[in-house]
Amino acid sequence: MRANKQLTSTGIRRRLPVCLFLAVLVLVLSPVDLVGLGSPAAFAQDLSSSQGAEEVVHGPPPKLSAADYPQIAGVNARVFVWLAAQLHLWFAAFVLAVPIFVFIIEAIGMKTRDERYDSMAYEFIKISITAYSLTAILGGLLAFSLIIFYPHVFQYMSGIFKETMFFYALLFFAESALLYIYYYGWYWLQGRFKKWVHLTLGLLLNAVGTTLMFLANSWVTFMMSPAGVDPAGVFAGDAWAAMHNFLWNPINLHRFVANIAYGGSIVGAYAAFKFLSATREQDKAHYDWMGYTANFIAISALLPLPFAGYYLAAEIYSYSQQMGITLMGGIFAWLFIIQAVLIGTLFLSANYYLWCGMGRSDGAHRYHKYVKYLAIVIVGAFLVWFTPHTLVLTNEELKALGGPYHKYLGPLGIMPAKNTAVNIMILFTALSFLIYRRANRVATVSWVAAGNSVQAALFTAGILNILFLGIYHGYFTNTVYKVAASIPQVLTTLIIIAVSITLDTVMYRGAKEIAPLKWGRVPDRAQYALFMLAVAFTWLMGLMGYIRSGIRQHWHVTDVFRDNSPDAFTPTLGYAANVVSVGTILFMAMVIFVFWLSQVSTRKAEVAGYWKA
Amino acid sequence: MKILLKVTVFSLLTIAFFAGFSNYGIPEINPAPPPTEEKLDLGSMTMDRFVALGDKIFNGKGTCTLCHNAVGGRAPMLDKVAAVAPERMADPRYQGDADTLEAYLYESMVKPSAYVVAGFGKAGSNDTQSPMPDASAGSIALSDAELTAVIAYLQDIGGADVTVEIPSDAAQAPAAESQEAAPAGTPRAPLASADAIMGQLACVACHKVAGQGGEIGPDLSSIGASRDREYLRRAILAPAADVAEGYPPGVMPPNYGDQLYASELEMLVDYLAESK
Repeated sequence: MRANKQLTSTGIRRRLPVCLFLAVLVLVLSPVDLVGLGSPAAFAQDLSSSQGAEEVVHGPPPKLSAADYPQIAGVNARVFVWLAAQLHLWFAAFVLAVPIFVFIIEAIGMKTRDERYDSMAYEFIKISITAYSLTAILGGLLAFSLIIFYPHVFQYMSGIFKETMFFYALLFFAESALLYIYYYGWYWLQGRFKKWVHLTLGLLLNAVGTTLMFLANSWVTFMMSPAGVDPAGVFAGDAWAAMHNFLWNPINLHRFVANIAYGGSIVGAYAAFKFLSATREQDKAHYDWMGYTANFIAISALLPLPFAGYYLAAEIYSYSQQMGITLMGGIFAWLFIIQAVLIGTLFLSANYYLWCGMGRSDGAHRYHKYVKYLAIVIVGAFLVWFTPHTLVLTNEELKALGGPYHKYLGPLGIMPAKNTAVNIMILFTALSFLIYRRANRVATVSWVAAGNSVQAALFTAGILNILFLGIYHGYFTNTVYKVAASIPQVLTTLIIIAVSITLDTVMYRGAKEIAPLKWGRVPDRAQYALFMLAVAFTWLMGLMGYIRSGIRQHWHVTDVFRDNSPDAFTPTLGYAANVVSVGTILFMAMVIFVFWLSQVSTRKAEVAGYWKA
Repeated sequence: MKILLKVTVFSLLTIAFFAGFSNYGIPEINPAPPPTEEKLDLGSMTMDRFVALGDKIFNGKGTCTLCHNAVGGRAPMLDKVAAVAPERMADPRYQGDADTLEAYLYESMVKPSAYVVAGFGKAGSNDTQSPMPDASAGSIALSDAELTAVIAYLQDIGGADVTVEIPSDAAQAPAAESQEAAPAGTPRAPLASADAIMGQLACVACHKVAGQGGEIGPDLSSIGASRDREYLRRAILAPAADVAEGYPPGVMPPNYGDQLYASELEMLVDYLAESK
């Protein structure tokens, strides 16, 4: 009887997000408008466009007035939707990312037959299970708040994307089913054939999850770069035309990579929390290893992330120079200085964690002397990235300077200098990782000296090439060619990382372990670096969400559907930072709740005399 | 519990640092509010005021200076467009139908790819496609009257005769949109510095300030050495009252007095008077 009650209660908890989602879907796809339609003018326009069935869906967006945006209980509609969307996105990024690296870790476990990998993968997916419910609940909250506060926008968007929204719902069922079978069947599907079945389920889970994200991405990128519409906003394309808009793939790539880095950072924070709370040595060792693995995942995805971001920015320029300049050189320009602080924090935290982690092996003392140089270069690169191109000056300063550009800071503030700095920061982070890998081992192959020389030459030549490209294109070419250095710089960096890690792997195959890694022997402050990574990542995602949406300025759908709500103005960076901070605090509180739940679920209180014998 | 508390405090401090830096570590820039509709009284407009309207649209709603500026180099400067237009129309690469400066300028705004100045085309288009949007559509959406005002302005700054006619359908016109209007009918907050005021009014589009800016109007870098406060105040409020020698009258918009708060006006006058 008790078991039945538990099952029922668990079942309700599990089904709640699905029920909620279904309710939203019914509202979205309903032919009857279940929410108020605002002003008579807008209603008349909707009515006139409903004369033909086709026009209901493909008519132009209505020209709204401030009165067409419902005001409910004094709630600031934009901030409410903003927070709901951002919280949903944070959780969604987390629950989409975790299965990706759980799949990889499970596969490594299968390959190496080391059960520790399998246990860690299970612990990762366990954390994401509760987060999955919260993701769905927040998705429902977002959909409801859009319908309530922005009914016309939702109607226009759902008219264009009705097919993708329908498939989204079906895929959501598939995602839920796969996740639950994958999680609950973990210890059931063990052994040769069954393990392959389980791994295949993991692959399907990731395929469906990624497809879901791509579908949702198409809605937001359509709002940024609408496709299939004429200048009046009349949609004449099909579902694919709307999905395959200009910025869809750049966002898909950027979010896919960022999600992995983000998921790694959140799991790293979980491991750090458990490490700090652990009292037994074996627990500390386990969570230290878990934290290291999570940080490794976060760094691995963090390294290519600036390139994905650069590709996205370049595509925004390509779509609309006006939007691109607004993004990088207009009202949002100073946001990228905040972004530099955050990414600098991420890189420094990740590197600091690696350097602290070298203490796990006594063999690491051979490399301690290099750490300060790595730190100097990374901090120097961060400062270049942090340098603004133009300065806001007082009149006296402006006169003293003779213009808005400082003779040293001005040149360092341009994009080629920043690109150069980012590439060098990434290369030195890769170097930190290489040194960490070598800490406990000595290579035994006969060509060690030659291998080291090749690696040194590779890094030296690559860095010189990156510097040359940055200086030449930055200061000796026309403005339009200034960013031309970025692609060869990126390729140089990627080649150096790929070749040097491959070479290192071959060189250290069969290496002699001189001082084994002692998991758990890491200072507590390293765990705070992991927290810093998670908080900075969360805050950064919120900030970039603001700019992604903000560059549409006073348009719901760029150039097509104007925002005439009282909140149509672009908020200042300070205001946005405050909203992002509140969101981050809410998210971190929920995450701690999720972590706590994962602990509570394993506890069992024995109460003597309560139950009948 | 102690660990949870320490971790929470650490996380909150990290968030507070990022929020603090964003609020106090960088300049607070108030983005321009969304443009709101403003009826143009074209019927009572003189050509000088029509040119000034073009100036205002060029530096405001038209967002032209986003690219056509001396700093970014993303689009050609337009101060000499009147002189070079005949060469461009005769260029074999020219794909348009214009045969006058006026038509050329109009075409450049609504069909920007008709002629792309070398080096300013879309990447990979070999200067056959312009990155400039159609100024009569999309988010800019200038009306015919507004496009005509911009043409008048470009002819004027290029030293050519202003050949356009002020549209006569004044009552129905064009809904020009003003960047000055505050959202939701609320008054805007006063600007905090002379820099911000000059940024808002785009003074450097015409005047040099601290050695930087345009040459359409007098250099203001050391205006305080030769002009007193009364003169400067009058020059802002009624620019036609004293036109500096060597500069055309009627270029400077006469409505700055309507746009500035009294405190802002005095701040601007103080700044100019101290520029010596």
